[in-house]
Parts: sequence; C-alpha cells; structure tokens
Amino acid sequence: MIDLVNVAKTYYSKAGDIKALQPTDLHIRSGEIFGIIGLSGAGKSTLVRCINMLERPSSGQVFVDGQELTKMSEKELRKVRRSIGMIFQHFNLLASRTVYDNIAFPLEIQGLSKSEIAKKVQPLLELVQLEDRADYYPSQLSGGQKQRVGIARALASDPKVLLCDEATSALDPQTTKSILDLLQNINKKLGLTIVLITHQMEVVKAICDRVAVIENGVIVEQGSMVEVFTQPQHPTTKEFTKSVINAELPEIIKKMALSDTYEEGSKLIVRLTFLGDSAGEPIVSGMVKRFDVEVSIIYGNIDQLKDTPFGILIVEVAGEKNNIAAALDYLHARELKTEVIGYEL
Amino acid sequence: MSSEMIDLLLKSFWETCYMVGASTLLATLIGLPLGVILTVTRRDHILPNQPLNTVLGAVVNATRSTPFIILMVAIIPLTRFIVGSSIGTTAAIVPLTISAAPFIARIIESSLLEISPGVIEAAEAMGASPMQIITKVLIPEARHSIVLGVTLAIISLIGYSAMAGTLGGGGLGDLAIRYGYQRFQMDVMVATVVVLIFMVQAMQSLGDWLSKKLNKNKL
Ligand SMILES: Nc1ncnc2c1ncn2[C@@H]1O[C@H](COP(=O)(O)OP(=O)(O)OP(=O)(O)O)[C@@H](O)[C@H]1O
Ligand SMILES: [Mg+2]
Repeated sequence: MIDLVNVAKTYYSKAGDIKALQPTDLHIRSGEIFGIIGLSGAGKSTLVRCINMLERPSSGQVFVDGQELTKMSEKELRKVRRSIGMIFQHFNLLASRTVYDNIAFPLEIQGLSKSEIAKKVQPLLELVQLEDRADYYPSQLSGGQKQRVGIARALASDPKVLLCDEATSALDPQTTKSILDLLQNINKKLGLTIVLITHQMEVVKAICDRVAVIENGVIVEQGSMVEVFTQPQHPTTKEFTKSVINAELPEIIKKMALSDTYEEGSKLIVRLTFLGDSAGEPIVSGMVKRFDVEVSIIYGNIDQLKDTPFGILIVEVAGEKNNIAAALDYLHARELKTEVIGYEL
Repeated sequence: MSSEMIDLLLKSFWETCYMVGASTLLATLIGLPLGVILTVTRRDHILPNQPLNTVLGAVVNATRSTPFIILMVAIIPLTRFIVGSSIGTTAAIVPLTISAAPFIARIIESSLLEISPGVIEAAEAMGASPMQIITKVLIPEARHSIVLGVTLAIISLIGYSAMAGTLGGGGLGDLAIRYGYQRFQMDVMVATVVVLIFMVQAMQSLGDWLSKKLNKNKL
C-alpha cells in the first residue's frame, strides 16, 4: 500500500544541514497497522510527513496505492491527499467550527453539497460516539473527544490510509486505550491501512501488526511486532522493549550465587518464555507429574502483544540430577523458549 | 447651547460617521487582502514569496510611519484626482483610507499569524488549496481577533477624522476648531469632546462584544 524507496530528507539551514532522514526503504502492507517508534528527534514526523508529501523528500520515491507521489504536481497531490487521512498529537481542529462542521470540512473542500455532507457526517458522528456533541465547539471537548473528532474528520473522505502522528501522546492512559480501540476497530471494519507514529511502546504493543524502530533518521530494526518484541536485536529496540516486556532478570535472581553446572543438591533455575498457544499449556504440572522433581515459581508475568498472549516464567527445579536433566529435556521439547539461567546451590 | 448649535453638532456627528464609516470600509477592503498577502508570502507560510513580501512590507511601513497630517497634505493631488476636490467630507475619506489600510493590513497579518501551523498543516493534509486555506481556515479562525483589530482602526480613524476636519473636511473636529477654538465657545468644545468620547466608547464596546461572540476558543 505504501512504499518508500530510498527516501531521504535533509533540512538545509544557515546553522548547518540536518539529515533528518537517511535513505530509507519502507514497505507497508494493505490493511495492516504499522508502528514507527523512536525517541524524540529521531525523525518519525519527518518520515510520516514524507508519506503524504507534506514534506517533500530530498531524494527517493514515495508510492501510495500504486501511484508515485514524488512525481506529482501540487495540484495532483491535493487530490491524492484526500485518500490519505491524518491525525495529530494536538488534534489541530478548527476552533471556530463545531464538531459537525469540523468533520464536514474535508468534504466542503471537495465541493460536496450540504445534503451529501450530512449523509457522510452523521454515520461518522455515530462511529466515534459523538452524536450528542455535534454542535459543540472544540474548546468544549475533552482531549479524547477532540481526537475522536480528528479521527472522524480524517475518515470523512473515505481514505485508504490513515497516518497518525503521536495521536495518543497528549492523552491519559485510559483515553489512549479507548482511542486505540477505536483505531483498531476502524482498521478491521474499514480495512484501513494505519501508520502509527509513537514514542510509547505500549501503543505499539496494543495494536500494531508490524513495527519499525527509527533512530537518528535510520530504521535500525523492523519486522512483525511480536518478533521485534520477543527477540529484539538492536540495542535501541532492546531498550524500548525492556520497559514493556520484563526481559531483565529480577533482583533476587541477580543476587543468587549461580554456577553453570549441576553440583550435588543444587537447583536448576530456568526461564520459560511462552508465546501464543503455548501460553495455555500446563508445563509446570507436566514436569511435576512426569519426573520426580519439585517446581517452584520465582517470577511470573503474563502479557498480551496485540492478539498474542505472551508470558515469562522463572522457575526453580529441585531433585535428583537425572530427574532435573530429564525435566530440562522435556522443556526443550515443548514449544516454548527455555533458557537455563544457572544452578543454585 | 442654542438649538442651532445642536443642529450643527448633529450634522457634524453624521459627517464624522460618514467619513469614519466609509474609510473603514475602504481601508478594510484594501487592508484585508494586503494583510493576507503579507502573511501567506512569508518564508514559512503557504505561498512563500520573499521579494513580494519585502516590497509590500516596505510600502506598508513607509505609509505607516508618515504622520497623518503630512500624509494628508502630501496626497492632495491624488485626492483631487479621485474625488475632484481636496476639500470636504468626501475628500477626507481618501487620506483616511490610505492611512488606515496599512494599519489594518498589519493588524490582520498579526491576527493570521496567531493561527497554529498545525491547523494549517491539517488543512493541507486534507487536500485544501492555498485559496481554501485562506478563506476557510485563516480568516474564519482569526475573525475574532480581526474584529478587535478593526475596532482599533475605527477608533484611530475617529481621531484622524477630527484632524482631517481641521483642513476643511467637516465633521466634529472642524466644528470644535471653528466654534470652540476660533470663537471661544467653550460649550461647543465640551460638547464635541463628549460626543467623540461617546463614539469611541460605543465602538470599543461593540467591537469587544462582537469579538467575544465570535471567539469560540473560550466557551
Ligand atoms: N522544518 C525543519 N527544519 C529544520 N529541521 C527540522 C525541521 N523539522 C524537523 N527538523 C529536525 O529533524 C529531526 C527530526 O525531526 P522530527 O520532527 O522528524 O522528529 P520526531 O521523531 O518526530 O520527534 P518528536 O518525537 O519530538 O516529534 C530533528 O533533529 C529536528 O530538529
Ligand atoms: Mg514528531
């Protein structure tokens, strides 16, 4: 749906040139929710603004829905932009217009008649649950309601793509969740492709199918969200995912005196990472029943990556040497990630 | 004060209203597009055009820095060309308009610059043309602050019209000079000043009220 080929952006200024975006390739599939995450100043806004050409790339090509935007004149671009909705961190609503008239704005621009506009605005008001606020002005709305108006306005011209630049960054966690639910809902219902820029890992975790990590204008890692979260490669990605997925060892384990090999009477400490269906398997009782071992849980955390359950369990296995080895083999044979942390005396 | 004087005062009042009203209208007709151009041709705005912006800015500044009384005398040939005479209430409208237009242009420029770039960007992202951004975003979003600016212009026009009156323009200023100053009729002088104060107060209240009504930022 969206293809960036070698897209780069440099801002020229007297104080020095800023390479906001290094040559970047990006492919976003039709109907997916694609997250772009990075720290402040990483170049996220620059990247997303290149997609609808609010910012003309210094070089490279931008394709949306098969059309090359980088070749177009301003006039042609204006037409294409109608099929690319956008929402913003600070909502950017027109303060002098009511909720209804804000949603009607893009339709007015296209020259639709009053009755045609009414036909489109009404269902949008329902979609974003603001039927009773149609005659309110933006200053009379909460942040979450304003963003709902922003979403309705962006959807008014039936876009194929929705760009979201930090759409939830100005909202509290609960409102963020409701906006994310709404975005996911329209993604499913309308088959809309959503590009979501954020510095909040929780946002990516909640709704993205795939994700790219950007740093200093370079995409340092990209892939399916679950993969990037569970097996981060780049240090920046690791830093980001750390806050969401507790991959670090808990303090009590760090403090333990561990050895790499079994010694008489020592206990095995092992970390199990469950993903998807394996999260439902009765691993612990399986071990206890089959082998003469005792299993106690030291640490556990269950989470959800979009639709995929994800859990981490750190357990202590005590018993005879042979039994511990057999239990470990049993774990390795299961569909889950098993990491031996060490043996505790 | 004799009833004759009261008639004269009333006549002068209407003359002032005519001069101020007509020049406000004309100055806004010139100042609005001028202010819009001064805004949108800025480097970081929707239709950047540095040369045009610089030239227009210079013209506006030059007009604004010329004292009104000098401007009025200096453009007498132009006034005569447009109106056919350089004396009278209608003739006074020319210098009043020319002095108020750049003032209104700057006021409109500063009102338009208050609009957040994000809102303009949102309109661009929806495919709005520069003309649509001007008529559907910039002007409507700035209307309450434009109203306050025009109110300010009207009030200074009331003052200037009194000055124009002294050069044969008629109106309240003319009355005050002829009767109050030259014939030492203190009561006429006081009456004129009272009427002028009343006019300024009334315009300010009207402007404040309208601006507040149009301002949807704080409800
Ligand atoms: N118009 C501009 N002129 C010059 N430099 C710019 C401009 N816009 C952005 N930059 C620079 O480009 C870099 C990337 O900025 P960008 O806004 O894309 O970052 P971001 O990832 O969106 O950050 P944030 O999370 O703070 O919004 C920054 O160093 C910024 O200073
Ligand atoms: Mg940004």
